[in-house]
Amino acid sequence: MSKELIRLRDVCMAFDDELVLDHLNLYFNDKEFLTLLGPSGCGKSTTLRIIGGFMTPTSGDVLFDGVRINDVPPYQRQINTVFQKYALFPHLNVFENIAFGLRMQRRPDPNDPTGKKLVKIPEEEIRQRVMEMLEVISLKGFEHRKPDALSGGQQQRVAIARALVNRPKVLLLDEPLAALDLKLRKDMQIELKRIQQQVGITFIYVTHDQEEALTMSDTIVVMDKGSIQQIGTPEDIYNEPKNAFVADFIGESNIIDGVMLRDNCVKMYGREFPCLDGGFEPNEPVDVVIRPEDIDIVPKEQGQLVGTVTSVTFKGMQYDIIVDFRGFKWLIQTTDHCPEGSRIGIKIDPDGIHIMKKSKYSGMFGDYSSFSEEYDELDDASLLDEEESEDET
Amino acid sequence: MKRNLSRLTIPYVVWMALFVVAPIIMVVIYAFTSAEGGFTFANFASMGTYAVVFTRSFKLALIATIVCLLIGYPVSYMMSKEGPGFQRIAMVLIMLPMWINFLLRTYSWMSILENNGLLNQLFQKIGLIALYNGIFGTNLEFFPMLNTQGAVVLGMVYNYLPFMILPIYSVIVKLDGSLLEAARDLGANNFNVFRRVILPLSLPGVLSGITMVFVPSVSTFAISKMLGGGTELLLGDLIEQQFLGGAYNPQLGAAISLVMMVIVVVCMVVMNRFGEGEEQAVML
Repeated sequence: MSKELIRLRDVCMAFDDELVLDHLNLYFNDKEFLTLLGPSGCGKSTTLRIIGGFMTPTSGDVLFDGVRINDVPPYQRQINTVFQKYALFPHLNVFENIAFGLRMQRRPDPNDPTGKKLVKIPEEEIRQRVMEMLEVISLKGFEHRKPDALSGGQQQRVAIARALVNRPKVLLLDEPLAALDLKLRKDMQIELKRIQQQVGITFIYVTHDQEEALTMSDTIVVMDKGSIQQIGTPEDIYNEPKNAFVADFIGESNIIDGVMLRDNCVKMYGREFPCLDGGFEPNEPVDVVIRPEDIDIVPKEQGQLVGTVTSVTFKGMQYDIIVDFRGFKWLIQTTDHCPEGSRIGIKIDPDGIHIMKKSKYSGMFGDYSSFSEEYDELDDASLLDEEESEDET
Repeated sequence: MKRNLSRLTIPYVVWMALFVVAPIIMVVIYAFTSAEGGFTFANFASMGTYAVVFTRSFKLALIATIVCLLIGYPVSYMMSKEGPGFQRIAMVLIMLPMWINFLLRTYSWMSILENNGLLNQLFQKIGLIALYNGIFGTNLEFFPMLNTQGAVVLGMVYNYLPFMILPIYSVIVKLDGSLLEAARDLGANNFNVFRRVILPLSLPGVLSGITMVFVPSVSTFAISKMLGGGTELLLGDLIEQQFLGGAYNPQLGAAISLVMMVIVVVCMVVMNRFGEGEEQAVML
């Protein structure tokens, strides 16, 4: 297993008495792609800025390789950042933007035996390292362009090169793809992962886009309201969400009230369902998560539950249908077409049922009563807006 | 639709033609005309005697511009770092004197700098003049401040400083904070953040500030008349004398104006070249 590189110990951050980070404990391993995922205002950007050195935590410690770096300024940390809007220097061309960090560096003179004399990096080496970086980001031949003569995706890659050329141990990325269109975003996700594997350093990535997180990360940290909700691999987070918040934030989930009768048996809608979870008190109330793709549609005589289809949306690969089970609406993804108003039965395999302990998030998510396409899009748009305004401050 | 809108520009075009283009044409015609009305270069030939006025005007304007820049840049920079409340108040304080008539402001400087004016009285009270006499063995009753080149430069700086501060401030305050963070992140200390990022990016503001201070300074006549006592003749005074004063010679006045305009335009073009690429640089 790779070694631990950064640790946040009991980190709190307060702005005007408002607690933004609440006793955060978190560590980052070397060479890992870790994503901080959460809705806007969850504290993920603040966490990143604390690691980058742009903010000092109200309390708690930031350790880098075991050394406390709370008060070390950004320019003395072996950490570089890719900013949300790239922050390329508009007065410098691509070459000079990438060379900026190298020109700032002073290192011991190899010809000086005492090792105290500091010298600049020779121009030849700067040239060579910048060219290397241009190769990594596939932008050779663009070195004399000014940033405003580049597309969004190209600017993004220059921003990454500008950070990586300093050979940091950690690269921080603050929603770097938020400003790109969907197609470009998907390409850049793959590109970023490739770059990370090529240079072999830790990437700490901040996003509110769960799909982005699932695609790229080795580890995902789901955050909400300044605390960590769950840490795990993308598979863990998706398959074994710890509470209703995580289940809802990562992918689509139907979350139903249930009672754990005994190990491997949960009761919903007055009916017993076999499942694979255990370790709960007998008759403990729980949240039951069922992913929309884990539900099989069967003739209503064979169904474990029977409901009425209230809405059908064609999604290309599948239909999203909303089914009313005694007033609680489920989202089901199916390749079979079920007409609106029809009565259908459903069957859920034991491994499609995931049991969670009750939490403060119980009852807040997982009901699709208000589901509609427009609603979803509106929601996304407002999320982006908030994200931007957060930036301004 | 488009035609309708373009009609709205007619008053402006007429205004420009009447009050900007026509006068310039008249200046050019006058400059190449003799008193009798024939074409001549004599007006330019006779200008050699005034070379000293040209040098003095450009020298004083240059000094005033440099002083304005040395004061204005740090002020703008520090202002932009403060909170919005402070910035608003500072802005009002900078603008406030500009709401008062230019001549009145200059008159008040006269009474401040006079031989028995405010400053000299103050110096007397605190014993500065006696101290000076003691050290240098002089026998001054007051410091002569009015009617010196220094007073003229002071007047220029006082009157035109806001025109240096405002453009620089408005550029710096709009600088994207993430650029400064990026520079710091890439290893720049505070000095290098300023030197490599803030300074080059604020250059357009500096250039338009220099233009807005230098051009009115080089052509001023009221300031030199009131604070220089007429002894330090500047281009503006010279031109004024040719049109309104005793040395009535509008043809020569026009020729001097023309030469001055050409020199100023050349200076500005060269300077804007110097800041090439900063296309926002304002030519005035």
